[in-house]
Amino acid sequence: MNGPKIIFTIPLFGGIKVTESIVNMWIIMVVMVIVSIWLTRGLKVRNPSKKQLFIEKLVTMLYDMVRDVMGERYMFFAPYIGTLFLLSILGSLSSLLTLRPYTADLSVILTWTVMTFLIIQINNIKNHGVLGWLKSFTEPVAFITPLNIISEIANPISMTFRHFGNIAAGLVITSLVYGGLASLSGALLSWVPNEFLSSIPILQIGLPAILSIYFDLFTSFLQAYIICMLTMVFVQGSGE
Amino acid sequence: MEKAIVLAASAIGAGLAMIAGVGPGIGQGFAAGKAAEAVGRQPEAKGAITSTMLFGCAVAESTGIYGLVVALILLFANPLIGML
Repeated sequence: MNGPKIIFTIPLFGGIKVTESIVNMWIIMVVMVIVSIWLTRGLKVRNPSKKQLFIEKLVTMLYDMVRDVMGERYMFFAPYIGTLFLLSILGSLSSLLTLRPYTADLSVILTWTVMTFLIIQINNIKNHGVLGWLKSFTEPVAFITPLNIISEIANPISMTFRHFGNIAAGLVITSLVYGGLASLSGALLSWVPNEFLSSIPILQIGLPAILSIYFDLFTSFLQAYIICMLTMVFVQGSGE
Repeated sequence: MEKAIVLAASAIGAGLAMIAGVGPGIGQGFAAGKAAEAVGRQPEAKGAITSTMLFGCAVAESTGIYGLVVALILLFANPLIGML
């Protein structure tokens, strides 16, 4: 397995490398913006269209989830959670379209979790004041402060590795299975005299789809759900 | 010769790192068993039990994922070869 390819380099600060992950993310972002504009055009109060009912159902589900986990106080937070969920799940599912999933790139996930980390700290300061925030590190006893700081920093790191590890493991295992099936079908077809016909990886048809159901569909959905849920729980907990 | 030793040791180390997968396996199996018990006792709460179980499983998974990340680093981005 190789890392993401570098598509081009911006000649600034000694060259910023723009990788495949970022370009794929731009594609997904453009698709998301276009679909959002298309879905929210011509909304009506009386006899709404099927499209509008569908999108209303999705938005209501999101708001209900945020209300259940975080409470009425944090309802302004719902759009952020929705965006995080959509970016995560569309990124992981983009591997179905043979794009490299950008959620298998550590830096993409790290960006999201660092944003969450900053939101947690800002929310804590907003609710308890600067002194209260600093004091919260010395609880329950003063000498435990280093451990509290480490556990606070470990939060985003464990969230990052959880999401990245799941998607990257799926990518590695899927590519191993593809390689294995290719050489296996090469061995099976070695009696065929024609060079072109014997090089067709015939076992690759259909069999990897079973893995894809778990690694692409189930894991993508689960990890998007988990990262949103953890973000909500941590932000809500920091305001207590 | 040195490079071969480092490469072989890295491969063995990657394999050993994946022993970390045992813990989450036991933990997730335990969680799933308890969830099955809970559904058997209270079938109407199946949705809430399932989502709680998946959430708990995913959190319990993180130690296994740390092992996986160590193995991936040893296999694909080995820092030890650069030290030779």
